[in-house]
Amino acid sequence: MSAHIEIPYNMDERPDTGLYNAKLGVWLFLASEVMLFGALFSSYVLLRTGASTWEAGHLILNWKLAMVNTFVLIGSSVTMVMSWAALKMNNLAKFKLYMGLTVLCGIAFLVIKGIEYAAKFEHGLLPNQSTFMAIYFTMTGLHGLHVIGGMIVNGYLLGPGSKMWATEPQRFTNRIEVAGLYWHFVDLVWIFLFPTLYLLPGK
Amino acid sequence: MLQKLLGLPINASAHGGEIDSLIGWVHLLMVVLFIGWILLFFWMLVRFRKGRQPRADHEGVKSHASSYVEAVIVVLEIILLVGISIPFWAKKVNAFPTAAEDPLRIRVIAQQFAWNIHYPGPDGKFGKTEINKIASDNPIGLIRKGDGADDVVEVNQLYIPVNRPIILDTTTMDVIHSVFLPLFRVKQDTIPGMIIPIYFTATQTTEEIRQQMKETLPLDSKRNFELYAPAADVKNDSGAVIVKKGVRINASAKKRLIDAGITTLEVVPANPTEIACAQLCGLNHFRMKGYVNVLTADEFKKWYAEEVENQSE
Amino acid sequence: MATDTHHHHNEHHDEPSWIRKYVFSTDHKVIGIQYGLTSLVFLFFGFCLLMMMRWQLAYPGEALPLLGKWLGEARMPGGVMAPEFYNQLGAMHGTIMVFLGVVPLAVGAFGNYLVPLQVGAQDMAFPKLNMSSYWVYFVGGVVMFASFFVPEGAAQSGWTSYAPLSIVTTPAQSIFRGQTMWLIGMVFLITSSLLGSVNIIVTIVQLRAPGLTWMRLPFFCWAQLVTSFLLLLAFPPLEAAGVMQLMDRLAGSSFFMPAGLVISGKPWEGSGGGSALLWQHLFWFLAHPEVYVLILPAMGIVAEVIANNTRKPLWGYSALVWASAILGFLSFVVWAHHMYLTGMGTAISAFFQTTTMLISVPSIIILTALILSLWGGSIRFTTPMLFALAFLPMFGIGGLTGLPLGLATSDIQLHDTYYVIGHFHYVVAPGTIFALFAGIYYWYPKVTGRRMSETLGKWHFWGSLVFMNTVFMPMFVQGMAGMSRRMYDGGEAYLHNQHVLGFNRMIGVGAWGLGLFQLFFIINFFWSLKRGEKVNDNPWKATTLEWNTPTPPPHGNFTKIPDAYRGPYEYSLPGSDTHKDYYPQWEPDHVAKAGPKETK
Ligand code: HEA
Ligand code: HEA
Ligand code: CUA
Ligand SMILES: [Cu+2]
Repeated sequence: MSAHIEIPYNMDERPDTGLYNAKLGVWLFLASEVMLFGALFSSYVLLRTGASTWEAGHLILNWKLAMVNTFVLIGSSVTMVMSWAALKMNNLAKFKLYMGLTVLCGIAFLVIKGIEYAAKFEHGLLPNQSTFMAIYFTMTGLHGLHVIGGMIVNGYLLGPGSKMWATEPQRFTNRIEVAGLYWHFVDLVWIFLFPTLYLLPGK
Repeated sequence: MLQKLLGLPINASAHGGEIDSLIGWVHLLMVVLFIGWILLFFWMLVRFRKGRQPRADHEGVKSHASSYVEAVIVVLEIILLVGISIPFWAKKVNAFPTAAEDPLRIRVIAQQFAWNIHYPGPDGKFGKTEINKIASDNPIGLIRKGDGADDVVEVNQLYIPVNRPIILDTTTMDVIHSVFLPLFRVKQDTIPGMIIPIYFTATQTTEEIRQQMKETLPLDSKRNFELYAPAADVKNDSGAVIVKKGVRINASAKKRLIDAGITTLEVVPANPTEIACAQLCGLNHFRMKGYVNVLTADEFKKWYAEEVENQSE
Repeated sequence: MATDTHHHHNEHHDEPSWIRKYVFSTDHKVIGIQYGLTSLVFLFFGFCLLMMMRWQLAYPGEALPLLGKWLGEARMPGGVMAPEFYNQLGAMHGTIMVFLGVVPLAVGAFGNYLVPLQVGAQDMAFPKLNMSSYWVYFVGGVVMFASFFVPEGAAQSGWTSYAPLSIVTTPAQSIFRGQTMWLIGMVFLITSSLLGSVNIIVTIVQLRAPGLTWMRLPFFCWAQLVTSFLLLLAFPPLEAAGVMQLMDRLAGSSFFMPAGLVISGKPWEGSGGGSALLWQHLFWFLAHPEVYVLILPAMGIVAEVIANNTRKPLWGYSALVWASAILGFLSFVVWAHHMYLTGMGTAISAFFQTTTMLISVPSIIILTALILSLWGGSIRFTTPMLFALAFLPMFGIGGLTGLPLGLATSDIQLHDTYYVIGHFHYVVAPGTIFALFAGIYYWYPKVTGRRMSETLGKWHFWGSLVFMNTVFMPMFVQGMAGMSRRMYDGGEAYLHNQHVLGFNRMIGVGAWGLGLFQLFFIINFFWSLKRGEKVNDNPWKATTLEWNTPTPPPHGNFTKIPDAYRGPYEYSLPGSDTHKDYYPQWEPDHVAKAGPKETK
């Protein structure tokens, strides 16, 4: 709208805080995400300690596929960093390459997840079967939604959003950094989810 | 005194006095603080109104008195906390009556919207229950074999002897309820999947409490007269008994009384010791009501023997 | 000041379309007003629900006049309120007042409108996010409101939605059931709060004007900052819990359902293995910090109004700041004081009793500082000041009655009685609501350029003060007598509270009287828009930066981004001349000291 609105520190860091706005914003957002997943992990612990039996993840879940997925996500985190580094080195083409890879990894993750889910549905292993299955679907489902959200953002930054590079390169680079922070967080959540759900023994 | 002042109900339990005295002390602290502050507050409103004080003093209060007051409040809070509340709780949770005190153990199983009371038989053992056995004549699904053969099950009626420690194992079959015995200062949420034991000792029988709560009510008062009974037989002009002593004043009794030209009546509660449900548990939460009947040791023995006789198979 | 430059301003750019300007605006002030109006409507709606409930309590089983027929047979068979409808009204009154009324008004409206102005910024840090937070809130509100019209009506398990009750009541696996819609609505409201609080924090941290150091920040902004942190960190666990309860209701999982339940005589078919108390922990982990979300912005407003109307700085500004930060921190570790009677052991209860006593200390410090700020003042009894002053003893009563609840031993008798209802209404109704009224009367001139009528305002104040107390004071007596809350018949069935039932009539009359006196406010609110006395940019002769804008502030707020030269409340400096007793933050020393000067 009115071109006169000038939000300071949209792009450069505020000297006394050392942050630009979006970066502080995303850190705050991630803090709330920590509380969200923290609550779910705490619920897991509480339900597990209170339960008389608990399934062993590796027996009913496909831990091999999940292992592959772990590497896919870690890989995507690496390419995400590289895409940001590419912008820092003023190389848009490289950025597009790495960002494209990141998005591809996201798709791969979701496809694999989809295969896993389909198998569970087929065997009637639904949330109503046990608390373990319930928490499995809830946590991976919520995590999956986060992946989808991240991919929409990354896809936008790769496609139409990248036009900003021509006009405001610094701001665009910031955006990639911020999207990257979020993406690493999503990755990190998975790194906690994987052993918790797939590897921990039952009781 | 304290109860009257604060409007607490009669206390008829051994531990209730401690709860009441804590409530009393906290309220004393609260009232003193409130009065102190409100006097200062109003005084300042008058003293520092614009008319009297056209120009404000930039600095305001210079003394540190308020810090001392705050410190005193903190100290008093700590005294109440460490001196009364925490020790009381420790006793409530850990110091269950020992076998030497011969406690009576009873199960309370709440359901929407009734209180099921389960006594062990003379063998002292609770029978097993099975949810598939639940039926209208077997509210808790008791297996009437083995330990359960001689058990006693009541609905909405808890019979206990006076002056003997009672242990209630509280639980629920469905949603959360809360066993509330206002006159015994007992309140415990019943949590599905958990059995939570609590204990108390009644120090007065229901009859004693009933007599204490005798009062004279105008018949047009807002009270729910179904909960009361006349303290003595009520006769009409011709001397015929129209409402009997001790019988609930239902609508037709009330009508008879009014027709006989009676305007005030000496009443006692039909049953002053109630089990209330203190946790929202659905549509009929508001009338999920049971009764405690505190009997003398002999009365209890007699009641128990009869029930065992009636119920065992 | 520069009212004409501002007109001149707008002519230069093409006017944004009406929709962009008033509906999908990114201007924090427009969003603030949107939040304000929507939340006032919800507040009024929530109050109406309550006035209906009070009829049923005052005259149990008697047909509700007028509305009885109109609400339909399902809710009002024969014009008499059905128990399920009573429970719906109760649950939705609590939910609406807290999540759709007070929080959006205190944070969404006041925070949005004032924080950028007080920190000297042109807008929020993320204007588009700001707009979406309002619309997400709006959708959440619509979902909640619509839930009254689905089969079997709205949620009816209390605003606390304790499981398993909330899961087994109207359990059809359909989205269109009250409780399910409540959960979905909550997810929207939580999301909206998260977006809003990120925005407020970033705005305060990053966009403070030059010279506006942390200790020169108005206390209102500090209160908003702490509040936003509470929203940011406490809400997500409830979001997690909401998702889990949705799974229980829709996907048949058993997060909150242990095995072996028998519902209405039939064994419940579910895997079991869940924990009913897990819900309570997650709920109160939010809902306790939430109550400080309700009170902190109120304290912020009261602080501003008091400083202005005593014409002196707040007493103990830095104590206020520290106390609110500590209050915020401690509010995360007291949640289980709502759960003393769920079978708690000694160690855990000792912990939560101790933290609860501890948290009363910063509250006492804040209240003491606010009260002692009156000392030495030159008090003006304007309408906003009356509301702000009344806040102090009313919050005092509410806060003090928190103490016996905070001690587990006395809570045995008082838990879930009307004593609790009395306690928290004193803090939220004559507490927070009064503070919000104070804020509306105080900032109305900045928002609209006109002052609200003092006469109508005083009628509104005195009526509200009297009737608020008529409503809530008897509740302590009822609670002491052991009268339970959430009683459809108001306690008729129980003997132990018979002698305090008479108060139910009195409370009813109080509630309807309170409703009547709100008409003075509603009329004043709309009448003053057109007819109120016109004012200049700084009608209260105030010192904080929002009064440095043209009135009403244009898009972009300031004609020139101000510098802050001093603390927020420099009134009545010693040695200054008698004509001008205030030194605004934005005036450089040589202007400020230069004798009489009216802002115009
Ligand atoms: C704004 C909201 C708000 C605030 C600020 C508070 C503040 C406090 N609350 Fe309250 N509370 C609620 C809202 C609030 N509460 C709600 C909504 C519920 C019920 C939820 C439900 O079950 O539905 C509840 C329930 C509740 C319970 C559970 C009761 C039960 O269910 O059994 C407890 C128990 O510890 C408690 C304690 C406290 C304490 C110790 C404080 C302390 O922070 C208070 C500290 C303040 C003071 C000690 C005052 C200091 C006073 C002075 C200095 C004197 C001043 C006097 C004059 C000016 C004249 N509250
Ligand atoms: C912020 C929270 C809040 C607020 C402000 C209120 C305000 C009021 N509440 Fe409520 N209440 C709750 C939160 C709140 N309540 C909660 C959480 C519960 C528990 C629910 C449960 O059990 O689950 C509850 C329960 C509750 C009960 C107990 C019901 C029961 O247990 O069965 C009662 C009983 O009287 C009651 C009364 C009132 C009254 C008379 C007011 C009055 O003070 C209301 C006054 C309102 C106003 C003064 C606002 C008027 C608005 C306007 C004038 C706007 C005008 C509009 C424009 C200009 C556009 N409330
Ligand atoms: Cu059972 Cu309320
Ligand atoms: Cu609390």
